[in-house]
Amino acid sequence: MTATAPAAEATVRKSSPGTARGPRRRTGRLRRVGLPYLLLLPALLLELLVHLVPMVIGIVMSFKELTQFYIRDWSTAPWAGLDNYTVSVDFDAPVGKALLHSFLVTVAFTVLSVGLCWLIGTAAAVFMQDTFRGRGLLRALFLVPYALPVYAAVITWVFMFQHDNGLVNHVLHDQLGLTDKPSFWLIGDNSFVALLTVSVWKGWPFAFLIVMAGLQNIPRELYEAAALDGAGMVQQLRRITLPSLRPVNQVLVLVLFLWTFNDFNTPYVLFGKSAPEAADLISVHIYQASFVTWNFGTGSAMSVLLLLFLLVVTGVHLALTSRGRRTAQ
Amino acid sequence: MRSIRAAATGAVMLSLALAATACGGGSSTGGGSNDSPKELTYWASNQGASIEVDKKVLQPELDKFEKQTGIKVKLEVVPWSDLLNRILTATTSGQGPDVLNIGNTWSASLQATGGLLPWDDAQFEKIGGKDRFVDSALGSTGAEGQPPAAVPLYSMAYALYYNKQMFADAGIDAPPATWDDFVAAGKKLSKDGKWGTAMEGSNPSENVHHAYVFAKQHGAGFFTADGTPDFTSDGAVAAVKQYVDLMAKDKITAPGNAEYAQNQSVSDFAKGRTGMLLWQSASANLTSQGMSEDAYGIAPVPVQSGTPGTGRQVNSMVAGINLAVFKNTDNLDGATEFVKFMTSDAEQKILNTAYSSIPPVKAAQADAAFNTPANAVLKDTLAKSAVALPQVPDESQFETAVGTAVKELFADAAAGRPVTIDSVKAALTKAQQQMPTK
Repeated sequence: MTATAPAAEATVRKSSPGTARGPRRRTGRLRRVGLPYLLLLPALLLELLVHLVPMVIGIVMSFKELTQFYIRDWSTAPWAGLDNYTVSVDFDAPVGKALLHSFLVTVAFTVLSVGLCWLIGTAAAVFMQDTFRGRGLLRALFLVPYALPVYAAVITWVFMFQHDNGLVNHVLHDQLGLTDKPSFWLIGDNSFVALLTVSVWKGWPFAFLIVMAGLQNIPRELYEAAALDGAGMVQQLRRITLPSLRPVNQVLVLVLFLWTFNDFNTPYVLFGKSAPEAADLISVHIYQASFVTWNFGTGSAMSVLLLLFLLVVTGVHLALTSRGRRTAQ
Repeated sequence: MRSIRAAATGAVMLSLALAATACGGGSSTGGGSNDSPKELTYWASNQGASIEVDKKVLQPELDKFEKQTGIKVKLEVVPWSDLLNRILTATTSGQGPDVLNIGNTWSASLQATGGLLPWDDAQFEKIGGKDRFVDSALGSTGAEGQPPAAVPLYSMAYALYYNKQMFADAGIDAPPATWDDFVAAGKKLSKDGKWGTAMEGSNPSENVHHAYVFAKQHGAGFFTADGTPDFTSDGAVAAVKQYVDLMAKDKITAPGNAEYAQNQSVSDFAKGRTGMLLWQSASANLTSQGMSEDAYGIAPVPVQSGTPGTGRQVNSMVAGINLAVFKNTDNLDGATEFVKFMTSDAEQKILNTAYSSIPPVKAAQADAAFNTPANAVLKDTLAKSAVALPQVPDESQFETAVGTAVKELFADAAAGRPVTIDSVKAALTKAQQQMPTK
């Protein structure tokens, strides 16, 4: 920047010889200061276009009675005031009750999925810390679920979970004899287990990857010193590894939480448009509230509520973790 | 520096251009125009065994149309799972095809969005008049008292397909005519890993088609005369229970069918795993799965007692596909011309033969090709004992809500939980609560 700035001024001078000195200098400075913003502009405009505009439109929609009679020309849809919101949060009425049920299912699902992803990912990363033959191969193998395209991966699970010809029932029932009769995985109560399995299978490699990267930053000397002091494997893990991973874990858990809570692809590919009640995740629930009943106003209101909830969770998480960091300093 | 500034300017221009094109689409809410008279986009529904089959059937016909009129038709075959969403999105954005296929049961729902060109008498005159079409097909083109939202293209009806060899082995002389006979036959067939009948338990649309016909047989419907949802009448509850009981109580359907939604029941029948199948116009599909035409018989779907007819004696819905023109088309004349072509006597014969459906056009229906025994049953059903699904704006929501309720009941039945009057009523109550209240 320093190298190019005088050149810029020179160009300005050359191109506008007749103007007075004062304003010229000011425009020159304006350009100098403005250039970074100018360069940011395309990204900013696209960001506006891709994220903010749809969000604002969604919020506007949530205040409209946008049913099938108006979707062709939104502007004619009557304003609904807060109706869409009162319907969504009236937990005694059917719509609100269903939304609350779906919310609770999603919370349970997210907590279990994030917990298991983190546990498996961290365990695998810790075990992979020491070099041994085949470590590289195992690492690559572990990352496969994360690298596969979501649709291809989940549709494979759909085949495996099938009642009549699925691999899961073949192993659990036919070969191991663990169940009296073949179970249903994609309908009924078991669908929650099926969903959780696929989600963890798909999510833990990311935790593994991030924790593995975090482990590289812990100095070996700490372990050596601890070993000299007589600390065993468990003590090393508790006193060195986990505290050192703290900043990494904070970000990891937040990201996993947001991804899992919002996950649409996995339940949609597993169950289609109407998810079983036990696995009625909120993203699919909102999709159904809008696209299946053609009531886009209520769907938008539910989306805005979800957005607010996630904002609050993220805000609280950031506030807590940054305070932790400040006290640590 | 110069190059940096040039790059910056370029980037700004590019982003502005992107923004402009993205916003420029917009929704034009006016009627159609004739701005691009040489081109049409056509969304076809998936009628054949696969999308590839459809392309093979339709492309030669579209080429023929191009030769006659000079209009090039861009074909896209849209799978059923996406079609309704695609139409909704097109309606919302104003960017869609010129001509499209719709499931005829959606006619009233899509009509309410105002996205489809109304077929008033003047518009119908352009394709030869309303009189060319049979009444039952016209009865499923939109709400009563309004100009139809679409034109009938293919007509289909449910029939009972039965495996002749399995019937002979089980000592069943004739296809069942009543549900009691159907269950009795099913029980004889259900043994040694084989089953009486197959069904698509996880496919809401299939569930609704059956539930509706059963409801009619119980003297009920799912809507009152003024179009208000009424899912929990005694007749409707009894109807849904009778259908789910084929698995829950009568046990003539494999529990695994509760998961079926990809037409697995057709392949089960084609492979001889089930002896009976209730399906609409299945012949072409069965042939493509390798079942020869003499291996199965075709009979009318059973009724509660007596013979098929009107009122409580109906035994099928009026199934079929309608052809609609998108109101925002920029080739209105070309689109009308295309509808005229697709509903011409000659094309009707070719297309309906390929899809083993019945032409909704009277002149084409009279052709000898549609007088085979299989087609005779379908034709007879459509003419005498088929009922149109409710032509109300909420129809598509009804399909999803009740179809999903039945899916959950099948899940109960499959898991061995009891399916009772109360549990059916609870499921239908929940479905009704999901319906729009305004």
